Amino acid sequence: MLACGLSVLALVGLIIYELVTKSSLSWHAFGWKFFFASDWDPVNDEYGALPFVFGTIVSSLVALALAVPLAVGVAIFITEMSPRWLRGPLAFTTELLAAIPSVIYGLWAIFVLVPLLRAYVEPFLGRYFGWTGLFEGTPYGIGMLAAGIILAIMVVPIISAITREVMTAVPQQQREAVLALGATRWEMVRTGVLRNARAGILGGIILGLGRALGETMAVTMVIGNRAEIAKSLFAPGYTMASVIANEFSEATGDTYLSALVEVGLALFLVTIIVNILAQVLVWSVTRGMPARSST
Amino acid sequence: MSAVLPEIELKPIGLGRRLANGLMTAAAAAAVLIVLLPLGAIFAYLLYKGIGSLNWSFLTQTPKPVGEAGGGMANAIAGSVLILGIASLIGVPVGIGAGIYLAEYGRDRLGNLIRFTADVLNGVPSIIIGIVAYGLVVLRQGHFSALAGGAALAIMMVPTITRTTEEMLLLVPLGVREAAYGLGVSRWRTTLSITLRTATSGVITGIMLAFARIAGETAPLLFTAFGNQYWNWNINQPTAALPLQIFTYAISPFDEWHRQAWAGALILIVLIVISVSAVRLAANRGMLKGAN
Repeated sequence: MLACGLSVLALVGLIIYELVTKSSLSWHAFGWKFFFASDWDPVNDEYGALPFVFGTIVSSLVALALAVPLAVGVAIFITEMSPRWLRGPLAFTTELLAAIPSVIYGLWAIFVLVPLLRAYVEPFLGRYFGWTGLFEGTPYGIGMLAAGIILAIMVVPIISAITREVMTAVPQQQREAVLALGATRWEMVRTGVLRNARAGILGGIILGLGRALGETMAVTMVIGNRAEIAKSLFAPGYTMASVIANEFSEATGDTYLSALVEVGLALFLVTIIVNILAQVLVWSVTRGMPARSST
Repeated sequence: MSAVLPEIELKPIGLGRRLANGLMTAAAAAAVLIVLLPLGAIFAYLLYKGIGSLNWSFLTQTPKPVGEAGGGMANAIAGSVLILGIASLIGVPVGIGAGIYLAEYGRDRLGNLIRFTADVLNGVPSIIIGIVAYGLVVLRQGHFSALAGGAALAIMMVPTITRTTEEMLLLVPLGVREAAYGLGVSRWRTTLSITLRTATSGVITGIMLAFARIAGETAPLLFTAFGNQYWNWNINQPTAALPLQIFTYAISPFDEWHRQAWAGALILIVLIVISVSAVRLAANRGMLKGAN
């Protein structure tokens, strides 16, 4: 049993060891410059990962901007507003959204979401919000916006599950006390529940961010896979996970492979930090939280 | 002496506050609808596009070359079974073992460290696991293989199974263990045939959850199992897998392949929904049948 327990430690050790040793070649060749250079040129063995870092961050932020209000709304509805008989089925269906494999999201996005964006959504955004600079250029359908939307659909169940969990952890007396003071239901949710659960909700959001950063297949299928940094969300982009997925098995040359592993190492470290941060935040709410009167 | 009640002036809730309440309730309900919309759309499209393309040859034949109609994903379904079998064979015992360790012996710092590490491992992006399996198995063997794919998926199973097994074992009352000790049963015997037995259905729930999670994984298989156009039962050879095949067909420019991708996706989702629903059912019936 101890051996099995230790094997969990060994696995993480092994992951770190593999990533560090296999990326050392690229690390020694480029150093920190690797993350600030923007040309990815396997032919001349020049590697800079900035476009991937940019694509990962932007697609994840678009996803969070869309997903957070929806996920928190769903959690509020299920825990505080929905009739009791509807709670179970609603919770189950939102969980089901998390069980759909990434590749099926990608398939659906290619054949349903992208044509929809190209024909209706993007021309509309371009006409009315083009002046912001975020919605400029030809609406291809495929691009950063499509990736952000599909990621949003994928992280909603994670954020709403955690939000539900921390909202349930808020003591019932808290709600009753606020209601007894004459608050409406929304005021009760806002002052009595959300305020007490906010650290945990933030944790859930960060957990969703961790998932969005590392998500591979669905994004690869719709983001366009071009190593460019563009201001417009209509433009194709590339993410760290996608470049590994697309190029790893075809990478010829040691430096090329090593550069891809270094992208993986960076992604690994970022998601680990993000996940640990999220866990600490969620624990702070769900583990023996005293009912604070006010802050 | 009767207490004198203070005069309270009851004011009705103002229009603004009632409006805010109504608006926010409507917004929350709208959020639910918006979130359920893609879910409904995905299932509707899977059924609509998938059933039309599903036929006997899809389930029994290997892929045909581009341009020829017909053919199927039989080898990919078989490959998935092979890879998932390897993954379960490695991942399930290790995960259960680690879970037992955490529940029965893990009350110290080492236990906490392992618990924490399992949670960390759970959050590692699957594509990273693929890189590691590539380095560990593919480079050593010199070629892509079902074994490498299975190893990658096994790594992903371990943390989920570990944590659920621990949780389920902790639900078994201490009295059950003490009764066994009182009868002179040794500790390991108690753990295996009393505690684990009692928690069986809960542990199986965890295994099914882990299974449902890895069944649709594609990213870690891209450069481990790699894919194959033909039948393969040799664990040392590149092997097709259902999610991989869906991916390849979805990004191809051929209509016939798109149709097959939908059919493959339908089969995959049915597999996953069945296992998730089974879990739900088991959970509702109560994890601990023997102990109360």
